[in-house]
Amino acid sequence: MASLDDLKKRIVSVKSTQKITKAMKMVAAAKLKRAQESAEKGRPYSEKMNNIILNLADGISDKENAPKLLTGTGQDKVHLCVVLTSDRGLCGGFNSNIIKKAKVYFGKVLDEGKTLKIITVGSKGYDQLKRLYNDKIIEKISFKESKNANYFDAEKVGKIIIESFLKKEFDVCTIFYNKFKNVITQIPQAQQIIPLKSSESEGSSSEDNYEFEPEEDEILSNLLPKNISTQIFKAMLENSASEQGSRMSAMDNATRNAGEMVEKLTIKYNRSRQAAITKELIEIISGAESL
Amino acid sequence: MSEEFKVEIVNPEKSFLSNENVTEVVVPAFEGEMGILKDHISIISFLKPGIIKIFSKNTEEKFYVEDGIVEFKDNSLSILTSSIFSLDKIDRDYVNQSIQDAEKELLNENIEDQKRFLISQKIDVLKSIGSN
Repeated sequence: MASLDDLKKRIVSVKSTQKITKAMKMVAAAKLKRAQESAEKGRPYSEKMNNIILNLADGISDKENAPKLLTGTGQDKVHLCVVLTSDRGLCGGFNSNIIKKAKVYFGKVLDEGKTLKIITVGSKGYDQLKRLYNDKIIEKISFKESKNANYFDAEKVGKIIIESFLKKEFDVCTIFYNKFKNVITQIPQAQQIIPLKSSESEGSSSEDNYEFEPEEDEILSNLLPKNISTQIFKAMLENSASEQGSRMSAMDNATRNAGEMVEKLTIKYNRSRQAAITKELIEIISGAESL
Repeated sequence: MSEEFKVEIVNPEKSFLSNENVTEVVVPAFEGEMGILKDHISIISFLKPGIIKIFSKNTEEKFYVEDGIVEFKDNSLSILTSSIFSLDKIDRDYVNQSIQDAEKELLNENIEDQKRFLISQKIDVLKSIGSN
């Protein structure tokens, strides 16, 4: 059995771990509030953008000459996957959930004999993917310096994607991120951004006839690159809210587990202390009797 | 019948401005300034660098934008932009810095005519702001 001193040390160390996890939980909760707010504030922009594009795509007259970003290259050979993860760990299943989802997709793409290219955003995703898919990763981006998700970072990622699309380096582009539902639930998402998939087709919008200035094609070719940055920005916002939420519940669990452990160890400590006292008493009494 | 309609300006981070009762909005559209009144036909257009003017009953607000998209539909005007500043609050240093950056960009000979035009437009607008 462990000595009293050892037990005491363990109790102290578990207690200090508990203090850390508790503090991390508080920090995550504070950050979550901000991240959630900005995720909600950012939604109208990306929704409006999407609606306009859908309206435009419906109204476009000449489907043959429509911008490639909308319709795709017509091929389906090279898949580019952008995996958005966090830069910090200790956030429960947050990163592994995205990676798991992405890996299923990767497996499918490779099974069909297509080429796979990966861009990782955030260092944790890179760490988890480099063992299996190191030769497939063409770029790793990390925004460790920026405190919050901001639009300029998203634009950078967007530019990289568009440039390599214009060089015909891939045919289909999908982004992976966690959608924030609530503090305990985050849903890993795979969203195809090139060619654009109209996920929800609203009946009302297609009836409107818009006036365009300049022509539809010109608007579209200007708008689509922006839309990609916007979608990535949305994903980043959702991701940062999810990360904080996930960390908060993970740290909450850890704090609770540490509490349980302290309780168990304390009971063990008291029992062994009592046993030692009893033992000493017996020794004294039997010593006195033998006199 | 009232002559008012709704305008909403959003940038990626948040909803920048939302006003239910404006009477007229003038936007620097791609092919020239465009004034929008109530019951305008549905339209989608681009913005070039310039000043957005929003008139409501007694007030007039001005904003500087660098790019963006406007959509007008069912008497609701949405302006999506990534860079917008209220003219009252705009930073002098920022204006001067932007002018310098833009002028530098103009020296690059490899840019397209259209882009060149947009940049010089931007410089003109910024200069007029700076001189006020």
